[in-house]
Amino acid sequence: MPITYTSGEQIEVYRFSFPVTVGVPLLALFLQAYVPRRFPFFSVFDLPLLVTIFFAMARRNPISGLFTGAAIGLSQDMLGAYPIGINGIAMTVVGYLASSLGAKLDVENAGARLLVTLGFYLVHAAVYFTVARGMVNLTLNWSWSHGVLAGLANAVLGVGLYFMLDKFKQRT
Amino acid sequence: MESVLGRYRNLTILVGVLFLQVLGLAVQVKRGNDADSTRLIRIWAVGAITPFERGLVRAQNGSGNLWHNYFFLRGVRAENRQLKEQIEQMRLKEVRLSEDATQAHRLQSLLAFKEQFIVKTVPAQVIGSSGSDLSRSIYIDRGSNDGLTPDMAVITAGGIVGKVLRVYPSTSLVLMINDQSSGVGGMLEKSRLQGVLRGTADGEVILERVMSDEQVAPGDTVLSSGGDQIFPKGLPVGTVSKVSPGKDMFLNILVRPAADLSRLEEVLVVTEKQEKNAVVDSGGRVRAADILAERLPSVPDKPVVVTPAPGTTPSGATASSAAGTSAGVKTPATSAPTGGNAASTSGAQSMPVAAQPATGQVLKKVVQRAPVGASATSGSASNGGTGNATGLSPASSPAKPAAPRPKPPTAEPSPQPPPTEDNPH
Repeated sequence: MPITYTSGEQIEVYRFSFPVTVGVPLLALFLQAYVPRRFPFFSVFDLPLLVTIFFAMARRNPISGLFTGAAIGLSQDMLGAYPIGINGIAMTVVGYLASSLGAKLDVENAGARLLVTLGFYLVHAAVYFTVARGMVNLTLNWSWSHGVLAGLANAVLGVGLYFMLDKFKQRT
Repeated sequence: MESVLGRYRNLTILVGVLFLQVLGLAVQVKRGNDADSTRLIRIWAVGAITPFERGLVRAQNGSGNLWHNYFFLRGVRAENRQLKEQIEQMRLKEVRLSEDATQAHRLQSLLAFKEQFIVKTVPAQVIGSSGSDLSRSIYIDRGSNDGLTPDMAVITAGGIVGKVLRVYPSTSLVLMINDQSSGVGGMLEKSRLQGVLRGTADGEVILERVMSDEQVAPGDTVLSSGGDQIFPKGLPVGTVSKVSPGKDMFLNILVRPAADLSRLEEVLVVTEKQEKNAVVDSGGRVRAADILAERLPSVPDKPVVVTPAPGTTPSGATASSAAGTSAGVKTPATSAPTGGNAASTSGAQSMPVAAQPATGQVLKKVVQRAPVGASATSGSASNGGTGNATGLSPASSPAKPAAPRPKPPTAEPSPQPPPTEDNPH
């Protein structure tokens, strides 16, 4: 499994143009809100989460990653039914961890991306449920079978999506 | 201190950002109704996304309509014929059901029940969803401008969908019944057992709080119980698909929603409900005072000539007129439960009048319900043994016009829902 531990100098840091930085998360939010209406199975996917993970890992900057996660998560909360901040907190943590991981590990290949995305999906779910149940007192239940399957589905989609988004990367 | 902050700069910022969000959440939780504290932010977000969704939905519907309404009309004639046949069958069924409903209303009125009627609904189109697997909600293209307010019931012809959670000027957020935070009062149709319907993590709906010693079988229909004060009682919710023992002496009842929650396109928002006492026309009920009023001599009213609706010729009325009794017969306001009304038609000269039926339908019903013997009798011969008000009408005064009475038995309208824009019942 080619997840290699590399030094800071060996890792390439990417940046993105402003339209991509703003447009891709917005498009992800829009698709996430619209597509499940036509294709109900699509609600299993979490495009904003995948976009957060991608940007965080590509930029390899924890501060940038956590702010990206916070912005996307809060936007997602604004469109949802629950109080604003549940997704925001979960995505902030994911953004921070993904960029920290990206700064230490080379996660450019498909296998690594699959595992990392699955892992972060579960991290996101864990933080989300902790906040929702612990702070907001929502009666949410976790289903392991559904969670793991959804995580795998997101991981598979993520691998394809990351390769598409790789085209927008700009070397610093 | 500075060196510590510099060393753990990333972590410090992370903690700071998380702290701010936790603070924001705490404020929302503290205020209870987060819709007020975050309303402006949500309006911006929804306002940025929904116009695109609305545009896409309209474009999609436009192209779909063009295809379906102009090009793809194969089999429409056959379908039309089938639908007409179906309408005829449903009309027959409706007659039967209306009889049952009348009986039910009568019983409810006896028990002083209160009923809820759906008075007005607003049709709306689904334009988007929350998009998350963790929260199941949809956006509809109607908002406060259309008279929507939070906590209104959202239904389809199939069954209930959810409730309006937040309202924006031209859109609304609807929390569906399969969301984990939703709760709907449910009731099993056969056994009348009540429980609470909740969503699961998998997006399914379960009926909670039904004791494990109760008999529940797959296929049982689940209706809304009305206990949540949002959904009127008796709306279809779904059918039981699986029953298994749950925890704490309760059953785990999985319900398959009647409305296809994953493929919603159009919904109805119940904007107006009306709660009123169950009332039933008691035209056939006779009070002792009424009987006495008929028996006692009194100043006769001026006869009123009533022409029944075309095509409805009550046999009794014809018979009475043929017998030379008063032709100016007023029929009772509504049909009575017994065959006595037919006799009242035949001996109608003494039947007090509460109100005039609008059409000949009531007359028709009265005649249909009449026992053969009663309808066949005419005039004075009708007083044989019916034992009702008209049966008690004096045989000695066959031509006596309608006697005045202190008050008609009941002049209340039938307990049908008032005119609605779109009434799914």
